[in-house]
Amino acid sequence: MISKAFRRFSSFRVVLMPGDGIGPEVANSVVDIFDAAQVPISWVHADLINKSAKPGEDPFNRDTLCQIREHKIGLKGPTGTPIGGGHVSLNVHLRRELDLYANVRPCKTVPGVRTVYENVDLVTIRENTEGEYSGKEHEVIPGVIENLKIVSERACLRIARYAFDYCEKYGRSKVHAFHKASVMKMGDGLFLKKVREIAKLHPKVPYFEKNMDTGCGILVSNPSNFDVMVMPNLYGDIVSDVCAGLIGGLGLTPSANIGEEHAIFEAVHGSAPDIAGKNLANPTALLFSSIMMLKHLNLLEHAEKIEKAIHSVLVEGTVRTGDLGGRSKTTEYTKAIIDKIKG
Amino acid sequence: MLRHLIRLSSTCFPQKPGESSVRKLALIPGDGIGPEICSAATEVLSAIHAPIEFETFPSLNINDDNSIKKIKSYPAALKGTISHQVGEGASNPNVLFRKKLEVYANVCHAFSLQGIKTRHDNINVIVIRENLEGEYSGLEHEVYPGVVESIKVITYDASLKIAKYAFELAYMNNRKKVTAIHKANIMKKADGEFLKAVRQVAKEYPTIQYQEMIIDNASMQMTSNPWQFDVVVLPNLYGSIISNIVSFLVGGPGITPGVNIANDFALFEPGTRHLAKDIAGKGIANPTAILLSSAMMLRHLNLPHFAERLQEGLFKTIREGNVLTKDIGGVATTYEFTKEIIKNIQQ
Ligand SMILES: Nc1ncnc2c1ncn2[C@@H]1O[C@H](COP(=O)(O)OP(=O)(O)OP(=O)(O)O)[C@@H](O)[C@H]1O
Ligand SMILES: Nc1ncnc2c1ncn2[C@@H]1O[C@H](COP(=O)(O)OP(=O)(O)OP(=O)(O)O)[C@@H](O)[C@H]1O
Ligand SMILES: [Mg+2]
Ligand SMILES: [Mg+2]
Repeated sequence: MISKAFRRFSSFRVVLMPGDGIGPEVANSVVDIFDAAQVPISWVHADLINKSAKPGEDPFNRDTLCQIREHKIGLKGPTGTPIGGGHVSLNVHLRRELDLYANVRPCKTVPGVRTVYENVDLVTIRENTEGEYSGKEHEVIPGVIENLKIVSERACLRIARYAFDYCEKYGRSKVHAFHKASVMKMGDGLFLKKVREIAKLHPKVPYFEKNMDTGCGILVSNPSNFDVMVMPNLYGDIVSDVCAGLIGGLGLTPSANIGEEHAIFEAVHGSAPDIAGKNLANPTALLFSSIMMLKHLNLLEHAEKIEKAIHSVLVEGTVRTGDLGGRSKTTEYTKAIIDKIKG
Repeated sequence: MLRHLIRLSSTCFPQKPGESSVRKLALIPGDGIGPEICSAATEVLSAIHAPIEFETFPSLNINDDNSIKKIKSYPAALKGTISHQVGEGASNPNVLFRKKLEVYANVCHAFSLQGIKTRHDNINVIVIRENLEGEYSGLEHEVYPGVVESIKVITYDASLKIAKYAFELAYMNNRKKVTAIHKANIMKKADGEFLKAVRQVAKEYPTIQYQEMIIDNASMQMTSNPWQFDVVVLPNLYGSIISNIVSFLVGGPGITPGVNIANDFALFEPGTRHLAKDIAGKGIANPTAILLSSAMMLRHLNLPHFAERLQEGLFKTIREGNVLTKDIGGVATTYEFTKEIIKNIQQ
C-alpha cells in the first residue's frame, strides 16, 4: 500500500490506449507484467474513440489528445480502420495531430522463434506524416479517382536527420534510403535529394539507395544486406511488414512514433478481428514496444529484466501463443513471463 | 530415363500443312543486359525450330511513333531492358513505352524450379498488375517551393479491365484462388475504387475463391507463407513490390518470366523488369527469365508444343546443375548456360 502511494508521486505517467480488437487483451498483458516487474510507471487510461459520437461528429476523443500532450508518452494497442470508407485511420490521425514524424520499427530475430531466416537485425525508419497517407483524395469525374502523395522538403529533411542520428546513436552500420524515384521522379526524387544532403553531413555512415520494390525482394533473399532503412510513409508500412515476416510475424514486432515532444509506442500489427476476444493474441509485439518505451524513458534495468523474461519463455518454448505454433492463451503466456520475472 | 519414355509415348504434333510458316514478331533488345539475354533467347528459339522470325529494333527510340506503330502491327514482341534514370530528368521511357503500346496488364509468373536452392520450395504465384495508371501516372508538380505532389490515378474502367483479365487468366489456367491486394483502409477512395471493380468481376466467377488483403499484410504473408497465394491482382506499385518479393523467393529476377498484355498485342519481358546495371556487359546475366517469357510467348501464339520443348531443355539444365549462371549458384557465363540448354534440347 505504502509503495503504491509512493509510486504515484515518483513515477512516470504514461497514457495507455488499449485500442480495439485484440488491443485490450495485449494491453492487459503489458500492465500485468509491468506490475510484476515493479516498473515505476502509472497508467493514465484513455480511449481513442469517442464511443458516444454520432455519425458525422468527430469520432476521436479530444481528451485523449490532451492527456498525451500533458504526459508526453503513450502506449497504444491496435485500432482497426474501416476499408474503403468511414473515418480516417486513428493511427494516421494521432501521428498527424501530435506531429509524430518518425516511425521506428526494429525487427530482430527473437530467440526461440525459429523461421527460415537467421540473425535478422533490421530497423525501418518511416516518414510518418505525409506521403500517400495525406488523405487527400477525390473523384475527378465518375470512376476516376485522384490520390495525392505529398512530399515536402521539411519532412524529408527531418526524417533523414532522425535516421542518421539513430544509426550513430545505436551504433548501427549503414543507412539505406528506399525510394521509387525511377517512376515518381519529383516526389521520391525530392526525398532522395534531401536524404543525400543529410548523408553528406554524416560522412562516417555508409549510405546507399535502393528501389523499394527491388529492396523488398532483396530483403526476403538476403536480409543481411540491410541495416537501417529510411523511407517515405507507404514504403515504410510495407517494408516493415516484410521485415516482420522474416522474423515470424506481426505478433513480434514493436514500433515507436517519435515527435519533437511526444512519443507513442505501439505494436505494428492490426486489431486482428479474427481472433479478438478469444484470449489467443500474442502480446509480445506490444511488450517489445513497451520495452522500447522503457529504454526511451531510460528505465534500462526494467527493460532488460522484462526482455530477458520474454526471451527465456520463448526459448523454453513450452508456453507460446497460436501464431507461434503454440497452444497457450494470452493470459497463460503472460503468467509464464511473470513467473520468470519473479524468479 | 522415365521422362524420355513419357516423351516417346505422348502424342506428336500433327500440324496443319503449312503450319511451319513463320510468324513475324518484334525483338527489342534494348541496352544493359538486354542484348545478352535476348541473344540467348533467339538462339534457343531457333534450336527448337520455333516457326518465328524477329524484326529487330536495335536502338529503339520510344518517341518515334513509326517504330511503335510497326511494333504494334506484330502480334507480339520480345523485349530485353531499356535504361531509365533515377530522380530528375525525362520521364521513364519504360512507362512511356507501355503507355504507347497500351499494354494494360502485366503478368509476372513466379514458380520454384527444381535445382535452384532457395529457402522456400513449391511456390507458384501469378501476379497480375495494373500496368498503366496508379502511382505510375507521371503526374507530378511542385505546388509550393519545397512541396511536391505526385498524383496516383485509379479509374474504375482500368480496374475492371485488369480484374477481368485476372479472373479470365485464373480460369483458363485452372487456378483456384484470386487475391486482390490493396490499401483501401488508407486510400479509401482510390484503392476503394479498385476493390469495387474487382468485386464486381469476382461475382461472375463463382468457382474461383476470392479474397482481399491489405498490401502491408500481404507483403508479410508473402514472406512467411507464400503458398497461400495463387493468382493475385493489384494496382501498379503494389504489383511491382509483390512481383519482386515472390521473384526473389524463387531465386531472383533472373528467373521469373513476364508479359504485358494489350487487347491485340503482347510484350514479353522478364517479370521484374530490372536493368541489372551491376552485371551489364559482363556476359553473366541469367537468361532463364527471358527464356521462360519466350515459352509464355509461344503458348500465347498457340505454339505450346515449342514452349514445352524449350522448357524441357531449360529445366533439365537447371535440375542437373552442372552449368549455371552466378545468380543461381554457378560459375557459367550466359553463353555457356545457353549452349548447355541447346545441348539438352537437341539430345
Ligand atoms: N498479436 C497478434 N497475435 C496473433 N496474431 C496476430 C496478432 N496480430 C495480428 N495477428 C494476425 O495477423 C493477421 C493480420 O492482422 P492485422 O490485424 O494486422 O490485419 P489487418 O487486416 O491489417 O487489420 P487492421 O484493419 O486492424 O489493420 C491476422 O490473421 C491476425 O490474426
Ligand atoms: N537476368 C539476370 N541475371 C542475373 N541477375 C539479375 C538479372 N536481372 C536482375 N538481376 C539482379 O537483380 C538485382 C536487382 O536488379 P537491379 O539492380 O537492376 O534492380 P534495381 O536496383 O531495382 O534497378 P532497376 O529496377 O532500376 O533496374 C541486381 O543485383 C541484378 O544484378
Ligand atoms: Mg502496416
Ligand atoms: Mg493492419
